[in-house]
Amino acid sequence: MSDRTFQGYRRENGRVGVRNHIVILPLDDLSNAACEAVAGHIKGTLALPHAYGRLQFGEDLELFFRTIIGTGANPNVAACVVIGIEPEWTARIVDGVKALGRTRVEGFWIERHGDLKAIEMASRKAFEYVQWASELRREACDVRELYVSVKCGESDTTSGLASCPTVGNVLDRLEAMGATLSFGETSEITGAEEICKLRAATPEAAEQYMKMFQAYYDFIAAQGADLLGSQPTKGNIRGGLTTIEEKALGNLQKIGKKCRFVGCLQPAEAPQGPGLWYMDTSSAAAEAVTLWAASGAVVHFFPTGQGNVIGNPIEPVIKLSANPLTVSTMSEHIDVDVSGILRREMTLDQAGDKLYEMMMRVCNGRLTCAEVLGHREFVLTKLYRSA
Amino acid sequence: MVHFIAHGKDDTVGVAVVDIKAGQQVAGWNMETDQTLGLKAGQDILLGHKIALADVPAGQRIIKYNHPIGRTTRPVKKGEHVHVHNLESERWQR
Repeated sequence: MSDRTFQGYRRENGRVGVRNHIVILPLDDLSNAACEAVAGHIKGTLALPHAYGRLQFGEDLELFFRTIIGTGANPNVAACVVIGIEPEWTARIVDGVKALGRTRVEGFWIERHGDLKAIEMASRKAFEYVQWASELRREACDVRELYVSVKCGESDTTSGLASCPTVGNVLDRLEAMGATLSFGETSEITGAEEICKLRAATPEAAEQYMKMFQAYYDFIAAQGADLLGSQPTKGNIRGGLTTIEEKALGNLQKIGKKCRFVGCLQPAEAPQGPGLWYMDTSSAAAEAVTLWAASGAVVHFFPTGQGNVIGNPIEPVIKLSANPLTVSTMSEHIDVDVSGILRREMTLDQAGDKLYEMMMRVCNGRLTCAEVLGHREFVLTKLYRSA
Repeated sequence: MVHFIAHGKDDTVGVAVVDIKAGQQVAGWNMETDQTLGLKAGQDILLGHKIALADVPAGQRIIKYNHPIGRTTRPVKKGEHVHVHNLESERWQR
């Protein structure tokens, strides 16, 4: 078994991160411009513009707050500046991030200041945070302190043959080592839901999962719709995948052979302990990874067949592919090439070793392909239209 | 070298891991049984696309990963390409 120690950042609340971002977090769409202005001149900060935060209500509003607050509290973030249009909801974000154990978070608002004054105040705070964070040092951390999420995209039949089983191989190891893990993609388990249910660690977890699955199924039916034409995607079909059942069976290879899921999470909800957790997410890559990052995940495994190019601003996304066309024509997007499995030049264990080693390098600071290419897809999940 | 790989012992399709030409004699490997099998391709089959390992009448299930992945919409001959033109989901009907 490979080495289990890496150099990470241990945060005030004891959680471990692998990046040291200072994020400038907008409460709402109206505050994007001010956040981007701060990030434009305070070097080493990262603005996270998004499209929402106004007139949402009910469960959709709760999910919005959970996602933004979780993002500000992710262990890959060292400190967080929040800018909102008005003080009350801005304070709700700041207080939420503080409640998750972050000490360096402060909010600013635009009303009765204007953009320019708000940008100045926020910039001075960001300036202070950047200099403070620049002196933080990485320290020895154990693999069991990692929270890893997994999701595939633009899958094809090579995903089910090789890249998803490679992720499964590593998840089986990480679970045994005591790490925290999460998978999801509710729509994409269609056709394999009974197999997924059998992977629950307890009857309660199985029941929770089936409830989430059924609720999603009922939601589709209530729209008077089906997912033909969306699932599988046009890219999936081009790559040889024919039906949702086939896609689902390939997708589930990501949870390995031994792991059992201990419980189910609402979108963006943090796991309460180690082990594998099911999260009720969309199968759209950027939406799903944004939810996992908000739940505290610090590194993501992303198997792709045809070549999904997704990244996330705060959670490094490690991409692997077994499709020889993809690894040759899109090499700048693929961190780990496991196409040797298809040629029978590489065993699944060897592919797992390769992915594990890349995970450790990324945790030690190596930038992923998506990070170098500037892929920062930050996409909030919206449950229904605003008021 | 193999031209296609099958997942499970009960599978009625394999996945082409190279581009296959119609009429070509191809070799496959079953990951579960570790057996190799040979057959003649009836059609061109692109890398990643499925090849039938048995004759399957219309309306029957196709098996992959030892599980059904849909039903045939027309008869499929051993060695033929299996995809959206002759296989559909049982979950969401066209």
